[in-house]
Amino acid sequence: MSTTTTTRPETVDETVRPRRRTQGIGWSALAWIVGIGFFFPVLWMVITGFKQEADAYTDPPTVFFTPTLDQFREVLDSGIGTTLLNSVFATTVSTLLVLLLGIPAAFALSLRPVRKTKDVLFFFISTKMLPVVAAIVPLYVIVGDIGLLDNIWALVILYTAMNLPIAVWMMRSFFLEVPSELLEAASMDGASLWTSVREVILPLVSPGIAATALICVIFSWNEFFFAVNLTAVQAQTIPVFLVGFITGQGLYWAQLSAAATLSALPVVLAGWVAQNKLVRGLSFGAIK
Amino acid sequence: MAEIAYKKASCAYAGADKLAVDSLDLDIMDGEFVVLVGPSGSGKSTALRMLAGLEEIDGGSIEIGGKNVVGVPSKDRDIAMVFQNYALYPNKTVGENMGFALKMRGVPTEERTRRVAEAAKILDLTDFLDRKPGKLSGGQRQRVAMGRAIVREPRVFCMDEPLSNLDAKLRVQTRTQIAALQRRLGTTTVYVTHDQVEAMTMGDRVAVLRDGKLQQFSTPTDLYDHPVNAFVAGFIGSPAMNLMTVPVVADGVRLGGSVLPLERDELAALASAGVDTVTIGLRPEQIGIETEPGSDGFAARVDLIEELGSESYLYAHLDDADVKGLDGDAASLVARSATRAPARIGDSIGLTRLDGPIHLFHPETGDRIEA
Repeated sequence: MSTTTTTRPETVDETVRPRRRTQGIGWSALAWIVGIGFFFPVLWMVITGFKQEADAYTDPPTVFFTPTLDQFREVLDSGIGTTLLNSVFATTVSTLLVLLLGIPAAFALSLRPVRKTKDVLFFFISTKMLPVVAAIVPLYVIVGDIGLLDNIWALVILYTAMNLPIAVWMMRSFFLEVPSELLEAASMDGASLWTSVREVILPLVSPGIAATALICVIFSWNEFFFAVNLTAVQAQTIPVFLVGFITGQGLYWAQLSAAATLSALPVVLAGWVAQNKLVRGLSFGAIK
Repeated sequence: MAEIAYKKASCAYAGADKLAVDSLDLDIMDGEFVVLVGPSGSGKSTALRMLAGLEEIDGGSIEIGGKNVVGVPSKDRDIAMVFQNYALYPNKTVGENMGFALKMRGVPTEERTRRVAEAAKILDLTDFLDRKPGKLSGGQRQRVAMGRAIVREPRVFCMDEPLSNLDAKLRVQTRTQIAALQRRLGTTTVYVTHDQVEAMTMGDRVAVLRDGKLQQFSTPTDLYDHPVNAFVAGFIGSPAMNLMTVPVVADGVRLGGSVLPLERDELAALASAGVDTVTIGLRPEQIGIETEPGSDGFAARVDLIEELGSESYLYAHLDDADVKGLDGDAASLVARSATRAPARIGDSIGLTRLDGPIHLFHPETGDRIEA
């Protein structure tokens, strides 16, 4: 029997490779341009924070300058301490409350559905349909009557209520990804409901919870409307503080930029720390 | 002791007008390997889940070891389940997966490790104890699922189509391993499958279900030789039994223009049943193939040949169009040949009845007419 040998023909196709490379270059360049375009305002803001006031307000804008930390020092001296603490407090406590209340709710609405599940979900999301502006007057009156005006706890409660529907919807979608057989297997292995949730479900949905928590942190941290209306001096939060830099005497752009950079820093750090879980969490529902 | 008794057990899904499981009566002996088999929607998985406590028992009761388990939660029934999709805990290692149930029961770590190691050795998983399920192949995951069940040393094993996600060759291999394992451990096992080959080869006794109702519960050979109705006859055996509804005549049944003669006791049974048409059943190995031109037998034309190497199956349709199969179309028969295919596609052959009883079923109810 003769053995047949197969030889692979050598493709010497000069025209194919260069074309693919230039095509790739075109798309890469576009991606870079779009990316830089989106990021540029933020970058400019951070850079401007390091400029002297004179450099910040020139036309055309100054690109080369001597960096200085004066602006940051001024911002920190102007009493950002208490404001920062207020923001951190309101954000952390409200996010914790949201998780504490939202996780059981999401669990009930996904893995143990009741007959009125769809109605409950709609009710949750309907609370976000009301423009806050329409509700602020009655809210102000109520908060005043309770005696919580200029008290950080008013914001804590409101932020919790504000973020809870979104958190429940988000976490429900993560819980739905968990195969129900896992719960059955755990219950056959002798685990109570709480133990199965703790040992089996929560580790699986932890990226989703991290993503939800970060969304809540971002929303709470940046929330302006409630803060400006319901707080004054003692419970002032960062966004309100920032707006105080836009004075009638003129724009101190460098100082404003420095203040804005400092304000964004904590949330950016939180995102940085959670980034692995965040990427998994935000794409969790997309991959079946 | 772990005898299982289903006593008129029923289960209804909310919103469905039909019972998923309808008054199931089964008596399973201690240490027996029972297979629940049936087509999709027959209620076999539901019946298994009722035993495991994952579905409500809406009517009747189920007893394990003589004690009624209605209302008893799964974790207190001392049953280990192997799921179709394995349901392994993805964030735990193989060792942790297998030891989870023992951990829940408060077994000390040392004993837990020892028992997990023992089960791992039986299943050839010792090298994988520190891996997570995501890094295992399908067959390995299946063994971990079995290991998780074995480690618990339960009274009953419940297995819900554990082999359906494996490739064909692995399925045959694992089938024998599971059967051998069960024999070694001696634990009562209830096994659900839609594959009648698995049912026939693994079960001590097999329960055939259809639309939630039990059709027959017997040993594999008894199911094969004495199916209690036309459904069981057509379900058990591969290729399926040839079933045709034909009119009864003086000395046999009429197949189109010719008569297929029946034995005297078969004719007597038909007379006492008082039917003028009957559903006859012939297994492929009961049909002889004549290839010589001008030979006896019902004229047929070959449509398809399945060559298996050790034997072959010929699919042929009878030339006489008056003969109808069970679905009303022209009768198509499968005949088995113990050699390589004696004819080719398109050839005319003659089909004869070989020695052995014909199965007779009532044309309307499908029940067996006993000769």
